[in-house]
Amino acid sequence: MSREYSLQELKKWDEQIEALVKENGLIPYPQEFEICDYEEMINYEAYLGMPARYPHWSFGKAYERKKTFYRYNLTGLPYEMVINTNPCLAYLMKDNTLLLQILTMAHVYGHNDFFRNNRMFRDGTRADLALEMFKSHGQRIRSYVSDPGIGYVKVERILDAAHALRLQVYRQVGEKRLNEAEIKERLLKKALPPSQEHPLLNPPANIQPPDLNAIPLQPEEDILWFLARYAPLKEWEKDILQIVREESFYFLPQIETKIMNEGWASFWHYHLLKQLELPQGLYLEFMTWHNRVIRPHEGSLNPYQIGFAIFNDLAEKHRDNPNFIFQVRELERDASFIRRYLTEELCRRLNLFEYRKNNRDYLISEVADESGWQQIRDTLANQVGLGMVPNIRVIEVKKGENLLCLEHEWEGKELQIKYAHETLKYIAQLWGGKVRLKTQVRNTGQILEAEP
Amino acid sequence: MNRMAIFREQKRGGRDRSAEDRSRHRRLVEEVIKRNLGNIIAEESIIGQNQGKIFKIPIRGLKEYQFIYGENRPGVAAGKGEEKRGQRISGVGDKRMSGSGDGAGQGEGDEIYETEITLEELVNYLFEDLNLPFMERKKLSLLETESSNKRWGIQRKGIPPRLAKKRTMVERIKRMKSGQRIESGQDEIIDPPERFPFSENDLRYQRLKEQLRPESNAVVICIMDNSGSMYLSKKFIARSFFFLLYQFVRYRYVNVELVFINHTTVAKEVNEDDFFHRGESGGTMISSGYEKALEIIAERFSPAIWNIYAFHCSDGDNWPEDNDKALLKAGELCGICNLFGYGEIVSTWTPGETMSEIFEKEIKVRNFLSVKMGSKEDIWPAFKKLLTIAEKEGRDEPRI
Repeated sequence: MSREYSLQELKKWDEQIEALVKENGLIPYPQEFEICDYEEMINYEAYLGMPARYPHWSFGKAYERKKTFYRYNLTGLPYEMVINTNPCLAYLMKDNTLLLQILTMAHVYGHNDFFRNNRMFRDGTRADLALEMFKSHGQRIRSYVSDPGIGYVKVERILDAAHALRLQVYRQVGEKRLNEAEIKERLLKKALPPSQEHPLLNPPANIQPPDLNAIPLQPEEDILWFLARYAPLKEWEKDILQIVREESFYFLPQIETKIMNEGWASFWHYHLLKQLELPQGLYLEFMTWHNRVIRPHEGSLNPYQIGFAIFNDLAEKHRDNPNFIFQVRELERDASFIRRYLTEELCRRLNLFEYRKNNRDYLISEVADESGWQQIRDTLANQVGLGMVPNIRVIEVKKGENLLCLEHEWEGKELQIKYAHETLKYIAQLWGGKVRLKTQVRNTGQILEAEP
Repeated sequence: MNRMAIFREQKRGGRDRSAEDRSRHRRLVEEVIKRNLGNIIAEESIIGQNQGKIFKIPIRGLKEYQFIYGENRPGVAAGKGEEKRGQRISGVGDKRMSGSGDGAGQGEGDEIYETEITLEELVNYLFEDLNLPFMERKKLSLLETESSNKRWGIQRKGIPPRLAKKRTMVERIKRMKSGQRIESGQDEIIDPPERFPFSENDLRYQRLKEQLRPESNAVVICIMDNSGSMYLSKKFIARSFFFLLYQFVRYRYVNVELVFINHTTVAKEVNEDDFFHRGESGGTMISSGYEKALEIIAERFSPAIWNIYAFHCSDGDNWPEDNDKALLKAGELCGICNLFGYGEIVSTWTPGETMSEIFEKEIKVRNFLSVKMGSKEDIWPAFKKLLTIAEKEGRDEPRI
């Protein structure tokens, strides 16, 4: 092995880091590090860090894509990867320099603490069961593949469709979904008039009883659930939809907290390494790497930079209450984090601007000054997390025609029509009938349709 | 947290985790290539090139469709701080910050990577299982060919159809066993992994010995309608069809003669360059093309010695006065050819009966076949249909 440090050395640095982690009030899960090579790192990336997953070509594609990117230096190699499990599992690249390992270990503890304490992860995922879940999903899907009555191609067809819909699930991370009985109860309550003081003087207007046999009972955003419940699918097909759906729930908190999570980890690698009393050579290397991690990405956004800047700003403003940033990391998600804590000052310092498409060009619509920064903040808050996933809901089933009607919850953002069409085809395939989607294009209503 | 972090070194033991999913992805890409063959093969830059030349054909990656937003929405980005309202900018939008690396919010612009395939590879895939149908052993078999695919050992590189499954299995088992040996040699004994997928290094392929052996003489006559009613798009289809045929014959048979005939109301024999690149205008008399073919056969390719294949592409928009004669000549061609194939390029508007309807009604011999092509996508299926006719119904036919 050609690296200039031993595993023992890493362990020694880790002891110091762990002591500081405790001192600074972070409460992570127990940590495990796996040292792996370039090839294995790309593999982990392709499978989103999971040691075991079900087979699907999209992971092969992800691998090829990442490898191509690295080959042509389109993106830097990953130094580490960390997944939300208890104990927390992190992969370190074998080829990292000693300093880079120290920095990434500190960074990992930041993520680890975030996984354990942020409400989205805490309430929305089961870190202690995660590895087991992915493994058993893999086994279940492989069992369908090797079932002579099913086989690879049929499984793949369902997986393809399920993947297309994987983010069309229940969005309230960590909040309990009402079951059908509860929804019915709520609908009844809503239909009844509020009790009045003088019912005889104010006879209630015509009461419209809710249709308790309607499918769906109310607009349903969890399309994967809906199809598993009502589409004419075989048990194994429903199971695959549920598998993909469950994995989505595992990943949703990560989608919802990308900026916070990276910001928190960067904040802590920065402050922990400052406290580490590194020898000067390593210290200079540390500053170089840190600046690289949080550098601005002109023309787009670097989540590390934004998150780091906000947490740093909050820590400085609340010196008297060190607990404040810990509460923020516990309670917020990216959208609320940005809306609450991205200030005018920060917008200016980060040189943020808002752009809009005008025919073929992109034009700058707002810049970070007194009159523009709020608009920038709000646009950003709307484009992070699930804000970048269109919300499509099942409105009704026209039984006679076996027609499934969907509606795009309009927030002023148009769908990419080609993608919407292809995704609709997957829904039609699972539904086994015609599917219709109501959306808007250039401010006028538009209907998209697909048949199986 | 009472215990210190655990450190582990990865032990892969030669396991190539994503191999299975990669090869599946690769295969799906190849299927897309085949499906789009019409588009690829119809590229003007490819048509008419000789076999030796290698083309890089960029293939876009497989898309993973989801509901995503289009470009008509505002975005936020970081700049230099000198930006002004109303200023035009480039390089945003297509690289909006992506979600969490797990495929969330992937824009459409993210399918950057491309797979390349050479024309040679393409031809390999396409023609591996195809043969000229109804081939007979004629006397005076002068031609020698090296297409007798005799197995001759095993090699590491090859194309998927020649995968040596048994040997590949063996290689995998060898690797598994050696991995276990290495690992059990150390102090901790590691259970063999539950799954042990194939690695790229396991793959073995049949090597085929290219043997010279005498083969029947064969000539392929390409007849193309070059008249004015063959609009550019139709000519594209006809040329693509013949280009496939040309590639196929060149790939499969070393010594097959090719004859090219263009016709409008009159026909002439042309060289391959003119055949693929020249366009003409004028009326259509299909019989002229057939007459020319018969004439050439009479002069140079006696049916006693030669296997003769004639293929004709036209939009079927023949002058009505010529129909009877064309039918007669087509019948004659069927009489002396091993196979006479007629490809009609269908358009939405055709006056009266097209030739394919007439042919199908009147010609009842089994070595006549007509196919229809409406768009680029139809070329490959039509081509395949023409060449696999014999396999479906004529297994007893003497073939080499």
